[in-house]
Amino acid sequence: MKLTSFFSVAAASVLLALPVGARAQDASITVASTTSTEQSGLFGHLLPIFKRASGIDVKVVALGTGQALDVGRRGDADVVFVHDQAAEEKFVAEGFGVRRIPVMYNDFVLIGPSDDPAKSAGKDIVAGLKAVYNAKSAFVSRGDKSGTHAAELRYWKQTALDPATEKASWYRETGSGMGPALNTAAAMNGYILADRGTWLSFKNRQNLKIVVEGDTKLFNQYGVMLVNPAKHAHVKRDAGQKFIDWLVSAEGQAAIASYKIGGEQLFFPNATK
Amino acid sequence: MRSTAPVQNNSALVELVRVRYRVGDTEILRGVSLQINPGERVALLGANGAGKTTLLRLINGLISSNEGTLASPPVALQAMLFQKPPLLRRNVLDNVAFALKSRGMAETEAEQLSMQTLSRCGLTGLSQRYARALSGGEQQKLALARAWVTRPTLLLADEATASLAPAAVHEVERLMLDMCEQGSTLIFATHNRGQAKRLATRIVFMSAGRVIEDRTADDFFANPASQEAIDYINVERV
Amino acid sequence: MIADAFLQALALVSSFDPAVMSIVWLSLKVSGAAALIGALIALPLAAWVVQTRSLLREPMIVLLNASLGLPPVIVGLVVYLLLSRTGPMGALGWLFTPAGMIFAQVILVTPIIAALARQVLEDAQQEYQDLFASLALSRWQSLQTLLFETRFSLLVLLLAGFGRAIAEVGAVMMVGGNIAGHTRVMTTAIALETSKGELALALALGLILIFIVLVINIAAHYARQVLRRRYA
Repeated sequence: MKLTSFFSVAAASVLLALPVGARAQDASITVASTTSTEQSGLFGHLLPIFKRASGIDVKVVALGTGQALDVGRRGDADVVFVHDQAAEEKFVAEGFGVRRIPVMYNDFVLIGPSDDPAKSAGKDIVAGLKAVYNAKSAFVSRGDKSGTHAAELRYWKQTALDPATEKASWYRETGSGMGPALNTAAAMNGYILADRGTWLSFKNRQNLKIVVEGDTKLFNQYGVMLVNPAKHAHVKRDAGQKFIDWLVSAEGQAAIASYKIGGEQLFFPNATK
Repeated sequence: MRSTAPVQNNSALVELVRVRYRVGDTEILRGVSLQINPGERVALLGANGAGKTTLLRLINGLISSNEGTLASPPVALQAMLFQKPPLLRRNVLDNVAFALKSRGMAETEAEQLSMQTLSRCGLTGLSQRYARALSGGEQQKLALARAWVTRPTLLLADEATASLAPAAVHEVERLMLDMCEQGSTLIFATHNRGQAKRLATRIVFMSAGRVIEDRTADDFFANPASQEAIDYINVERV
Repeated sequence: MIADAFLQALALVSSFDPAVMSIVWLSLKVSGAAALIGALIALPLAAWVVQTRSLLREPMIVLLNASLGLPPVIVGLVVYLLLSRTGPMGALGWLFTPAGMIFAQVILVTPIIAALARQVLEDAQQEYQDLFASLALSRWQSLQTLLFETRFSLLVLLLAGFGRAIAEVGAVMMVGGNIAGHTRVMTTAIALETSKGELALALALGLILIFIVLVINIAAHYARQVLRRRYA
């Protein structure tokens, strides 16, 4: 019957089309990381170097720090590489991560309209945010529990002002990644806290520029953790550890330092072994 | 109730005893009793709504009666022609062979037999054509070939030529007669009095769900007994 | 911006940029597989609904029609939780793989194909039920014949399913993770480039996506006509 042959052809094409999912398990690991490392292009720069050195394929899932840690908690990644020290320490304390290892830092910058209506420009992030608050200028918050969002809330805490809880009308929580939030800020011509890497590689700046930078408070530390194989037996401990070891090795640290956009270095290696 | 048990009267092929059929509150058949013997060619005549189509569908087993008994050959030994032939979206040969293959006949044998039947119906040259692209007459001849190829004991036809051009009507009629010569018994519903005269050995005249007259064709047209039949013949004449 | 995007799309296509090509190819594979598997599930389901007298018939119809409106992100979230290592299907290791993306998209396209196929099969059933009864076909034979008789229309349904799959972003993003070179497809690449502010590049990828969908539909349209002509 022709129908049967139709179905067998269909089934055969399905099998052909099915991409090999489970092959070459050992030669690849999954890393849950943040949009800032992925979208700034850092991984695009690092991973080919690591692959040449180790033969290991690294698959990066880029999420907010909170989500990335959650992926690690569920055992859906082998390594977590994020930037929210408090949350990372909690992750390790709960037994989900083996050990937190600092790798590098970049810094946050306060972005705002080029005419800076709130007069927030300077080297002090706390003063800058206060100025935005007093001027009731539009401010875009990630609002997604990412590392950047956590940092932003930390700085607001230091101003002793709390527009998020006040639900101030000029304070907009977008609940989105760094890029989409920057797009929103550009469209609203508002202020936003961003990591320098994403800002440097961001193309749709329109009228925005950096208004506050260089404050030591703005340093943004990245840490890396192996997901605990004692919690999730399938974690690729060896390959994952190799990646971590490489990141903090002289070779890995040099690779991080060599990544530049427009001549500007984005990430500063500071691994302490 | 339908029964496939052998008909009591040894000679009858189809037998209905006080058959009633209702749809909701409307009574379509109001107690029809009828015996049809092998080799007969029976025309069902009557106005629209007399119950001709319902009677054919009951005999073919497409519907079941509410009351009375009905005995007819197993469905596999019957074939039915419809006014609009339901053709499959395949070529002519496959449409005919389908009837055989669905009964488990091997493909080559089915196609061989189908080609023979197509040739009898004058459709050999069209065997590879897409069935639904044929003319109305060709489509009905194809439906007839599909019926014929299964060598049915009983051929039912419901207004099978009603929407055909006169030339096609005659071709289809000739093929129906050929089938009867090969041993099929024919029961057909028609509004075409000429067709009834040309094909039928017997007329069953129906009105409002009852059989009013049941006689030979010559007798019926020469001496209609009931007022309904007289009216029907007169209307047709005008 | 739009003209810029057109030029960029042309440049990407004409240079056969390997990264773009692998993204396009993965999109076609994932969505094509999802549409085929979806059809293999949906067609028997639709056929069952058309011929059954079961009490489950009406609930199934409502369920199918309601699931036409399933939001891809919800499907993505549920599939994510299912496929997660701590979820019930975690042992498969399908999260962040193309297999997982296909799984999510099958859930999205099956209702569309089934709901449309039900309509097509029901119309054909109306047309053929007397014939099938008078040919004394079994229920299974009738179903097979119905599916075969409607094959041209069902091909279009396959395209409808494929169309929903390839245009979908929410589920593949969550389940696939948009991993460069592994699970990045057209739509997630577009979302990524948009979030990087590379609006022209995003638009260029979008143009390629639209172009591919168009080409596939044109090809299917003519394939269907040729198939028909063979019989006419």
